[in-house]
Amino acid sequence: MNTVCVVGASLAGLLTARALRGQGHEGRIVVVGEEPHRPYDRPPLSKDFLKGAIGEADLALEGEGGEPGIEWRLGVAATGLDAPARRITLSDGGTLTADGIVIATGAAARRLPGTGGLAGVHSLRTLDDARALRADLRAARRVVVIGGGFIGAEVAATARELGLDVTLVESGPAPLAGVIGPAMAGVLAGLHERRGVRLITGAYVTEVTGTGRADGVRLADGTHLPADVVVAGIGATPCTGWLAGSGVELGRDVGGGVLCDEGGGTGVPGIVAVGDCAAWYDPALGRHHRIEHWTGARQRATVAAATLLSGGTARPEPARPPYFWSDQYDVKIQFIGHPGEADTVTVEEGDPATHSFLAVFRQGERPVAVLGVNQVRLFTRWRRHMETAPVHTG
Amino acid sequence: MIPACPLVSLPRGEALRLDVDPPIAVFHTDDGEIYAIDDTCTHQDASLADGWLEGCEIECPLHASRFDLRTGEVDAPPAKRPVRTHRVVVEDDVVYVVPSDAPPNLPPGLTLKGRP
Ligand SMILES: Cc1cc2nc3c(=O)[nH]c(=O)nc-3n(C[C@H](O)[C@H](O)[C@H](O)COP(=O)(O)OP(=O)(O)OC[C@H]3O[C@@H](n4cnc5c(N)ncnc54)[C@H](O)[C@@H]3O)c2cc1C
Ligand code: FES
Repeated sequence: MNTVCVVGASLAGLLTARALRGQGHEGRIVVVGEEPHRPYDRPPLSKDFLKGAIGEADLALEGEGGEPGIEWRLGVAATGLDAPARRITLSDGGTLTADGIVIATGAAARRLPGTGGLAGVHSLRTLDDARALRADLRAARRVVVIGGGFIGAEVAATARELGLDVTLVESGPAPLAGVIGPAMAGVLAGLHERRGVRLITGAYVTEVTGTGRADGVRLADGTHLPADVVVAGIGATPCTGWLAGSGVELGRDVGGGVLCDEGGGTGVPGIVAVGDCAAWYDPALGRHHRIEHWTGARQRATVAAATLLSGGTARPEPARPPYFWSDQYDVKIQFIGHPGEADTVTVEEGDPATHSFLAVFRQGERPVAVLGVNQVRLFTRWRRHMETAPVHTG
Repeated sequence: MIPACPLVSLPRGEALRLDVDPPIAVFHTDDGEIYAIDDTCTHQDASLADGWLEGCEIECPLHASRFDLRTGEVDAPPAKRPVRTHRVVVEDDVVYVVPSDAPPNLPPGLTLKGRP
């Protein structure tokens, strides 16, 4: 393999490029990235960076001196792909032909429809989004956050820590209910309320009001919530539009993610996909599954590189259960596993009322997920146990 | 030299956190070696003594960067800078740490106590 082109210059792209070198690829590596920035870390964008506790230089993912031997094409998007020819067309009019292609284009935040012309309405995915939101929050008093996924919940917590008046609107029974199940989400909802966030659950937003600039949010029941800043944390869609008609298969059930085998290989030889844009087959679940967490991209970059360099013959290790963390206020939330498979949840350590506890989700006797809240040491043990437990199939 | 603990109270595979400023973590590996490094991850405020010890490496409990206990070097992001290592002396079955003179690599936003 001579030239490898990595499309997407963020976490998954950078780590796959690095893994390719680490695994002995000596040819060219070209990384194409739509954003003008060098690879940076996104998790702090809703936390310490938004709060102002760390700066832009602290977000860099590369070590000192950068990555040797990688050619960067930044500020340029891939606009199309001819998969059989492995030829990529670029937004600057150029093309790139490679022997191997890594698709690592991540996901883009969903925006609230009909708010395009309104100032003061934000979503949060990129450094530029975070800069704009940070500046707007500085001048704001009242914030409405729409969506209680982990970005919404984190932005609400950060805005509260900045002293703002915060309302969090969530359509489900509690923030994070979709990710960690309603029972434990209910416990964490109490945390937000105790810190002074107004929580409105089971509610749908029908409109962002205002002319020129947003001045509030209207709910389906007619309630109007006044706001200087509105943040939508309503999920993300894989950036796979540029693959339309390319021959690389996308999955409807996985939100348009790239369908991959359990090693990240697509149906086209010499093309792999990794990170938020990719839906890898998970034998433990018996289906394709898109993981939108940091650690998934990190672990799978190594596997995707091995798949590409071996021509698809490398046997990947069994996938580890998905792990994510979230920081809200001074609370460290850690989660591993598939809560949807559980029929019981028990608190095994600590007390939910004090926001320091560990809960285990089980299907019958078998642990399928673990939640740690300010229980870092104990969670680490459980995480190891979950990662090394024999994979359940069928 | 700071006395850390009697050797018997730090079994193999275990870690201990010394509440100095900045805190130091002492590890007893499965192979019987004892190492001391700064306890705070260089990425964020996590205690490496809470992490997962494997061979001569400690994996950070939050975001899984791994530090080599012998050199302090880190393998992959999110942490980018090494942790400081300290010399360990075992005398009369007591573990002592000789703190390094080098400046610590604290994570962004964190400073030593009593300093701005
Ligand atoms: C605000 C925020 C907070 C988060 N916090 C956490 C957390 O606490 N814990 C956790 O586990 N995870 C968290 N995540 C998720 C984590 O950041 C993602 O899982 C991770 O960034 C995925 O990496 P990626 O490289 O696959 O995708 P991305 O980081 O989305 O990178 C994809 C890159 O590809 C580029 N691109 C897209 N289309 C094209 C194209 N056509 N041509 C060229 N380039 C293109 C994009 O510009 C982007 O730079 C957070 C995410 C966000 C946004
Ligand atoms: S705090 Fe250690 S890797 Fe993030």
